[in-house]
Amino acid sequence: MYHSAFCSVDVFQPRMLAARFSCTLNTHNVRIGHCTKVPRNVNMQKLQHGYLFPEIEKQELMHLKMHPHANVIDLGVGDTTQPLPTIVTSSMVDFVHGLSTTAGYKGYGPEQGEKALRKAITVAFYKDLGIKPSEVFVSDGAQCDITRLQLLMGPNLKIAVQDPSFPAYIDSSVIIGQAGKFVDQAGKYKNIEYMTCGPQSNFFPDLTNISRTELIFFNSPNNPTGHAATRKQLEQLVDFARVNGSIIIFDSAYAAYVTDDSPKSIYEIPGAREVAIEVSSFSKFAGFTGVRLGWTVVPEELLYSDGFPVMHDFNRIMCTCFNGASSIAQAGGLACLSPEGLRAIQSLIDYYMENARMLVDALTSLGLTVYGGKNAPYVWVHFPGSKSWNVFAEILEKTHIITVPGCGFGPGGEGYIRISAFGQRDSIIEASQRLKYLNYQEQN
Amino acid sequence: MSITHNLATSLSSSSSAFLAPPSFNSRGHVSLPVKSVGICKCVAAPEAETAYKTRVIRNPNMGKLQAGYLFPEIARRRSAHLLKYPDAKVISLGIGDTTEPIPEVITDAMSKRSHALSTFEGYSGYGAEQGEKPLRSAIASTFYSDLGIEEDDIFVSDGAKCDISRLQIVFGSNVKMAVQDPSYPAYVDSSVIMGQTGLYQKDVQKFANIEYMRCSPENGFFPDLSSISRADIIFFCSPNNPTGAAATREQLTQLVKFAKDNGSIVIHDSAYAMYISGDSPRSIFEIPGAKEVAMETSSFSKYAGFTGVRLGWTVIPKQLLFSDGFPVARDFNRIVCTCFNGASNISQAGGLACLSPEGLKAMRDVIGFYKENTNIIVETFDSLGFKVYGGKDAPYVWVHFPGRSSWDVFAEILEKTHVVTTPGSGFGPGGEGFVRVSAFGHRENILEACRRFKQLYK
Repeated sequence: MYHSAFCSVDVFQPRMLAARFSCTLNTHNVRIGHCTKVPRNVNMQKLQHGYLFPEIEKQELMHLKMHPHANVIDLGVGDTTQPLPTIVTSSMVDFVHGLSTTAGYKGYGPEQGEKALRKAITVAFYKDLGIKPSEVFVSDGAQCDITRLQLLMGPNLKIAVQDPSFPAYIDSSVIIGQAGKFVDQAGKYKNIEYMTCGPQSNFFPDLTNISRTELIFFNSPNNPTGHAATRKQLEQLVDFARVNGSIIIFDSAYAAYVTDDSPKSIYEIPGAREVAIEVSSFSKFAGFTGVRLGWTVVPEELLYSDGFPVMHDFNRIMCTCFNGASSIAQAGGLACLSPEGLRAIQSLIDYYMENARMLVDALTSLGLTVYGGKNAPYVWVHFPGSKSWNVFAEILEKTHIITVPGCGFGPGGEGYIRISAFGQRDSIIEASQRLKYLNYQEQN
Repeated sequence: MSITHNLATSLSSSSSAFLAPPSFNSRGHVSLPVKSVGICKCVAAPEAETAYKTRVIRNPNMGKLQAGYLFPEIARRRSAHLLKYPDAKVISLGIGDTTEPIPEVITDAMSKRSHALSTFEGYSGYGAEQGEKPLRSAIASTFYSDLGIEEDDIFVSDGAKCDISRLQIVFGSNVKMAVQDPSYPAYVDSSVIMGQTGLYQKDVQKFANIEYMRCSPENGFFPDLSSISRADIIFFCSPNNPTGAAATREQLTQLVKFAKDNGSIVIHDSAYAMYISGDSPRSIFEIPGAKEVAMETSSFSKYAGFTGVRLGWTVIPKQLLFSDGFPVARDFNRIVCTCFNGASNISQAGGLACLSPEGLKAMRDVIGFYKENTNIIVETFDSLGFKVYGGKDAPYVWVHFPGRSSWDVFAEILEKTHVVTTPGSGFGPGGEGFVRVSAFGHRENILEACRRFKQLYK
């Protein structure tokens, strides 16, 4: 069973916190044989458990074992389900065919990405925001870029994260050595600044209560809460970063899901070019979760304290620790950003958002307080007084629906459940029906 | 125009900070290598003074790097040469980039998978971070059958270069590396970035706290292990980039013993294994006892022309343990799940086709083609009286220019024959006096390049 460090040890027993391995201990858990003399990285030891999403998958597998005939509906891991538009796949097919010809064969591409794609990204997402193609670095996805950015920044600084937030920010910070010790009581790492984002503050942190950190991870629209920061909120954030000399790493992976007039890029805020990096992805935008494509923007004006441009060092990381996103994925990405591609992708986004609306309706009808689902494909449901792993288990047991317990995203997620709106329409309809029959009782 | 504009120009694709990175004084003034054009001094300085700077301190590890990564620098030199001689027919035997089309049996599989993604039955989202099961299984059975390596010991990736950095992240900053000298630059560079090294020592052209294991003609391109201090991690590339040397069974047995005696971990880079002509081991796991001391990283790049497609793998045996008994594979798995999200599903479909009987035959044909290129280059330099190494078990020819600076030779060859090579010192001080010539290229370009070499050095 999964143990989350963010929740009290309850029903679930630690799984990744295995017995200490030793070469001399003679138990079935331990390998007998040669141990190298290479010390295990202490930072890896600080991780409290497995990465959140593989843990959810393990839960699903265990549930399937116990209920082999259950029609499990997966609204857990945010994995896209709808096929790619044919305009995108046919461009990849054409490109692949080209690779088998002398004229069309391409070897190593520029590590920063194909010129045409970098340009198309600026036109599609940063029109009139002054972002140049040379400031766009194409990658194999935001999760990978987050680690590369941590590698870039190094171990001797502190990050601030929203609480709750996408687990890769914290986990990568621990792995690189920034995070300090884990404090069991609080469910937090000592050197990480957790910026609580809850309904009471409109899912935006009270910046007056936040200590200065060098880096500030900010994800909007937010995974898991679904909240899209307003222009005013982002202006505050940029101002806060400027006053503190901090760098914002703005994760805009869900920007395409914004339906109101919330900013889709941090660079809509004046002054952001000097304080912010933006990371984004084709995963949730275009269904490229398996194809692997994303990008990071590092503006020229973003400088370290000694005046050295951050972009220069990020370029060095991309050239040394990476070798470019797959040329085939990039060809697909370019097709996504054609007028026809953008139209096709918009229908996919609309499809998922209709799913979200259905889920919001179903859950609201139960009397639950529901957030998100308007600017992001995630629904954030409040179960006040309940432990989120217990609610996860109850929902799974009673309705065979996989969700994600909020505490997996940080202590600020305790008491919440995240439900993804990715899925086939009929699964979503079925899930909505099952949820309606979930007899939720208020905890006293 | 502002200073930052100049910087953007210098960061065009395939280029990076070059040998003389811009210098930054403590007040944040930026001085760039001077291009002798009349620059408007009065504009540059005030802008730099008022430019907003964050208070984030630059990672000192990045500051330790001496210049840009080697291959973007070669590319930059090539571009500069083309600007100077726009009509020159430049032939690139520098960066080891494959040139021949990917066999159809492989591209057909990738086309099929691409098309399938547009259908309900064929669409797939996130894949297993460790790679798709059939591919892991095929890698295990193709390259490691009878070596006791199982499917779940295989981690599929987007390439060996990326895996090298992920492995560094696993090990952290408090370990020491040993590398061959000369060696593929990513080992040293990733070690610096990770914070494992001290400063660069200009007099010896080495980073402090890396053990450099000299590999030269004198020692048959295998280090004298009795003179090597213990390191936690030993990078060993065989067949070797850049020297082309393939370690013998006896040599690898010595290496495994050395690692066992010292409690070290060998990272064996076998990206060129399929180029081996003789009976040198193709995998470190052919050596008894290797599973307790070694991991292996490899790539489809040079086998299938996947340099742009991006696919590779790393093998970590279950028996490989840290000093406290914790399995290395478990930490690598955690990194793969957290810092990575799987290789592209389309690339993986291609990889699976590569390992079908037809795919393997097709790959061997392309490898054979490059090996024939290599022979032509070896014969050329042989006939000109050079001492030539490599070329038998790898697509690289390692040519000795005794007493000469390898960058000077590189420049001379480029200037006089319009052929791009790679200066040996780019691979470490042990590469000084050598030039690496890649054998990737269309046959007519290889032949033309050799004609030009014969002209220059007759």
